[in-house]
Amino acid sequence: MKFEHPAKLNPIDDLKVIGQPTDRIDGPLKTTGTAPYAYERHDVVANQAYGYVVGAAIAKGRIASIDLNDAKAAPGVLAIVTAENAGKLGKGNFNTAKLLGGPIVEHYHQAIALVVADTFEQARAAAALVRVNYTPANGAYDLAAAKNSAIKSEPSFGGPADTATGNFAKAFAGAPIKFDETYTTPDHSHAMMEPHASIAAWEGNKLTLWTSNQMIDWGTSDLALTLGIAKKNVRLISPFIGGGFGGKLFLRSDALLAALGARAAKRPVKVALPRPFIFNNTTHRPATIQRIRIGATADGKITAIAHESWSGDLPSGGPEIAVTQTRLLYAGANRMTAMRLATLDLPEGNAMRAPGEAPGMMALEIAIDEVAEKLNLDPIEFRLLNDTDVDPEHPKRRFSQRNLAECLRLGADRFGWNKRNPLPAKTRDGRWLIGVGVAAAFRNNLLVPSAARVRLDNRGMVTVETDMTDIGTGSYTIIAQTVAEMMGVPLENVVVRLGDSAFPVSCGSGGQFGANNSTSGVYAACVKLREAVAQKLGFNSADAIFAEGQVRAGNRSATLAEAAGANGLVAEDTIEYGDLDKTYQQSTFGAHFVEVAVDAATAEIRLRRMLSVCAAGRILNPKSARSQVIGAMTMGAGAALMEELVVDKRRGFFVNHDLAGYEVPVHADIPHQDVIFLDEIDPISSPMKAKGVGELGICGVGAAVANAIYNATGVRVRSYPITLDKLIDRLPDIG
Amino acid sequence: MTTVTLVVNEKARTLELDTRTTLLDALREHLHLTGTKKGCDHGQCGACTVILNGRRINSCMSLAVMHEGDRITTIEGLGSPDHLHPMQAAFVKHDGYQCGYCTPGQICSAVAVLDEIKAGVPSHVSDDLNARPQLTDGELRERMSGNICRCGAYSNIVDAIIEVAGVQVSGAKA
Amino acid sequence: MKSFTYERARAPAEAAAAAAHVAGAKFIAGGTNLLDLMKLQIETPAHLIDINGLALDRIEATADGGLRIGALVRNTDLAADERVRRDYGLLARALLAGASGQLRNRATTAGNLLQRTRCPYFYDANQPCNKRKPGSGCAALEGFSRQHAVVGASDACIATHPSDMAVAMMALDATIETVRPDGPTHAIPIADFYRPPGDTPHVENALTPGELITAVTLSKPLGGIHIYRKVRDRASYAFALVSVGAIVQRDGSGCVALGGVAPKPWRIEAAEAEMPRGAKAVTARLLGDAKPTRENAFKLPLVERALGAVLAQARG
Repeated sequence: MKFEHPAKLNPIDDLKVIGQPTDRIDGPLKTTGTAPYAYERHDVVANQAYGYVVGAAIAKGRIASIDLNDAKAAPGVLAIVTAENAGKLGKGNFNTAKLLGGPIVEHYHQAIALVVADTFEQARAAAALVRVNYTPANGAYDLAAAKNSAIKSEPSFGGPADTATGNFAKAFAGAPIKFDETYTTPDHSHAMMEPHASIAAWEGNKLTLWTSNQMIDWGTSDLALTLGIAKKNVRLISPFIGGGFGGKLFLRSDALLAALGARAAKRPVKVALPRPFIFNNTTHRPATIQRIRIGATADGKITAIAHESWSGDLPSGGPEIAVTQTRLLYAGANRMTAMRLATLDLPEGNAMRAPGEAPGMMALEIAIDEVAEKLNLDPIEFRLLNDTDVDPEHPKRRFSQRNLAECLRLGADRFGWNKRNPLPAKTRDGRWLIGVGVAAAFRNNLLVPSAARVRLDNRGMVTVETDMTDIGTGSYTIIAQTVAEMMGVPLENVVVRLGDSAFPVSCGSGGQFGANNSTSGVYAACVKLREAVAQKLGFNSADAIFAEGQVRAGNRSATLAEAAGANGLVAEDTIEYGDLDKTYQQSTFGAHFVEVAVDAATAEIRLRRMLSVCAAGRILNPKSARSQVIGAMTMGAGAALMEELVVDKRRGFFVNHDLAGYEVPVHADIPHQDVIFLDEIDPISSPMKAKGVGELGICGVGAAVANAIYNATGVRVRSYPITLDKLIDRLPDIG
Repeated sequence: MTTVTLVVNEKARTLELDTRTTLLDALREHLHLTGTKKGCDHGQCGACTVILNGRRINSCMSLAVMHEGDRITTIEGLGSPDHLHPMQAAFVKHDGYQCGYCTPGQICSAVAVLDEIKAGVPSHVSDDLNARPQLTDGELRERMSGNICRCGAYSNIVDAIIEVAGVQVSGAKA
Repeated sequence: MKSFTYERARAPAEAAAAAAHVAGAKFIAGGTNLLDLMKLQIETPAHLIDINGLALDRIEATADGGLRIGALVRNTDLAADERVRRDYGLLARALLAGASGQLRNRATTAGNLLQRTRCPYFYDANQPCNKRKPGSGCAALEGFSRQHAVVGASDACIATHPSDMAVAMMALDATIETVRPDGPTHAIPIADFYRPPGDTPHVENALTPGELITAVTLSKPLGGIHIYRKVRDRASYAFALVSVGAIVQRDGSGCVALGGVAPKPWRIEAAEAEMPRGAKAVTARLLGDAKPTRENAFKLPLVERALGAVLAQARG
């Protein structure tokens, strides 16, 4: 199905199942520990051996020699894979560094060997006996130091490196109010709870991999490409994924090494990345330095806005696209954005939840707060003054929907914004300094083709198959809801099968595009199935009504089971898109409100209240969508207050590479969270009239926290995370 | 190799194990009770939480051989998809999870936390050490802090526990 | 993890003797720190002596009105003990501020005293670390040192001691009771227990090979107001950036010990004479010899401000 015109009324609009806060259909499995994750598939293949990865001990250089003798002689060892004995390997399209390093070492903890043994304990012990001599090389590890050597990056999925409209320099120079500040965000780790893990089994030249991957088709292609085998000989199975956040978008070392280990050991092999290894071995969100300049009139109209961002990556890597929201969020006739990329020899950077907007909004939305203060304007009022209905870089392009103002106004009302003292450091509650902050939320809506297959059987059951993944996002449930709505069957009559490369290729899980696109693909397949049912029954498909397990047309009716007959009916289709995302700008909007308490003595920061108001098209399931938003708010709170991969600039690695050192929020950090969804539908986005929401919730929340801290203390911190050491010597006197 | 007998979910299970085998790996790799998760293997995340002789522990930070005769309750021992434990049902109802990987640990921890409060064990946020601890959301958040949920379902998890505890709780501020 | 042999000890003296006789032997109780380090091969015992079966899990009143806490009393049980809550609130508070509920259910009193540092370079076997590998250097000195010691450290090591409980024990003048392989019992005042790092940061305490901690004793209650203030980025389940343990009497006198600032729980009794004069004066004495790095210099004002808050709280 090609989606080329705004959606008209369709069966989804009945909202009998879609739009309902249905419990997750996989909930009973997840809460009883019976949902099978990658490393746990004792059921799928016998005789699994254990692989343990050896990582490079230096950041950059060469392996001078590698001595496997002790490791080979260790009890239980079956095989050891290194670059020397693995045969010729390619590199995946989505990988920057090689997944199996050697003799060149590209980054710290790059995998350089896999030890396979009968047991996990044996493999782990033998891995420590692999003796490696290195010839280290000098590397660049300090973004600030490398900033001046950064170059204009190639156009990426974030668009061109540079954009310009009007004459920024002239307008800024002439602006009555000028603002120019620089912000920094650190490297972040996805830190999903399930480590990357895979079980590989060969049958002749055919490889099956039970793994944990967000993008089945990318993973299948890249594994075939890396191994130099035909894609049709590779099957990936990933029905449950213990979190991804972008960290499992790509083929990673667990998958490749399990495959190589299984080939070498001539046995199925399972590999999980040890937690202290994940932070440097896998990808991360790159650090940024962001300069924002804003020129405004005295009455608060932005006349000039510029956002420049610097980030680093390994050679042939890409930039963190932190300026993209600034191209779209606020009005202003004169504008420019620029992204510069430095070469750094740290582990490879790549997408983490809302790449670009997450760190970009952390900077932009502090800047907006600062300019509002400079203008003596309420920060919500300042945002409303500079709202725009059109893409400010291309003023003929309208937004498909843009309800930012409504989000801000409704949120202000619900949060009690008018009770906030706009003067900083004036509100006390016992030992605590209290502050309230706001930020806009913004994240683009991306359209990606997505396919699905639906089967109707003679019991009236509908089974849907797509290689779509559920990384905690609720895909199982919203896909089941889509089928139930389209086919007029109860949810219990829908079976959802996901995460298998044997199924039609979906959009996968990423970029908050999963829900809208995967359900649109299922919608397309269901439209075909409805036609097949009608045709089989001899009904006019345009008149047919699918409800309560029956099909009715005029005064004729039949059950779906009857229509299916003994052989059943199958339909498969792909949602594809025309140019509606070019003629219109499609984005999601929101507003974050945060109340913080800062200890007047120690500057410890604790969150008291959080509210997000979201305008993100039709909400397919308010219960799981709300969870997506509160989860994103939580991750954004972590970025604001504690998360930082600390770079050892001499030794070239992320030092705090475990879950004690890389702190993410715990229960005690997160207060009750409220989420409000505006009643919005977006017929320009898809037949589902939905958009993404899973990343909107992280975009801007960090700045709302920062702005609340400023309101509490009068201290403006422009370098994340905002930890007490950045406040301690600037706190107001304890009265 | 050492022989050890564990009483897992009320069944005696005798295993011959490499002494290095953690309780967690004994459950997951030897007994195929994979509901108990390995998130960090270093006592830093709580995904491996099980209930040992009535008290919650991190099964990754204990050797199986240290548990001769011990009673271990795992998530599989609390309930099954057709017969959910009230805490499991409350997690489903309140969407107290997303990816599901930390969930068994959260649920085991939550069940034990309610027992701890009942038993009068104080916490870091208990105002008065000598009074009975109260069942407030602040107490639950502190006591559940050894179970990390990167999907960020905390707010819903607390709602689920509160429902099972069967009390109206008052909000506790920072 | 290297392979090891395993035995369950039946009596303290027997355990100590076994530890002295078998090369590379270590005791294991809660295991919450030792196993963590064994998985990374930072600890590589050849033999583990499981002491969980020793009857060292009781808290008993002593003849002089104090408490004798068995080495195997779990952190949860110690914090929940009615006498500890009533008379040694500082100790209960410090325990409850540490780790997580799950870890406190396993971690023991003796094991808590013996926790190794959380320095990330100590935890990464690829990096130089004089504590882990004597003579290899200290990567923290010019590396990431935000959490590290500001006082009492050396050019060889700036790691901190991570325990909360030990800070309270230091303020309470606890005594550590041990049994040695040759039989006799010993009593070590906690002030003498931890060794300064000097040139030998791998030597952390006064225990001799095979010596087993059997109990920690506390003198009779001191009265006063007990406060343990732990300062950290995360609200829970995190090690202290700085902690202040204090007992403050009605007249403003008292005792104070710090966590997170030194290779051991940090107490200077002479500083306590300054308590009536306030936090600035006490901190000046406690941290007078501080040599912070650029990254952890914030701990100096933080200690002063945290102590100020503690003293203000004690005044009510």
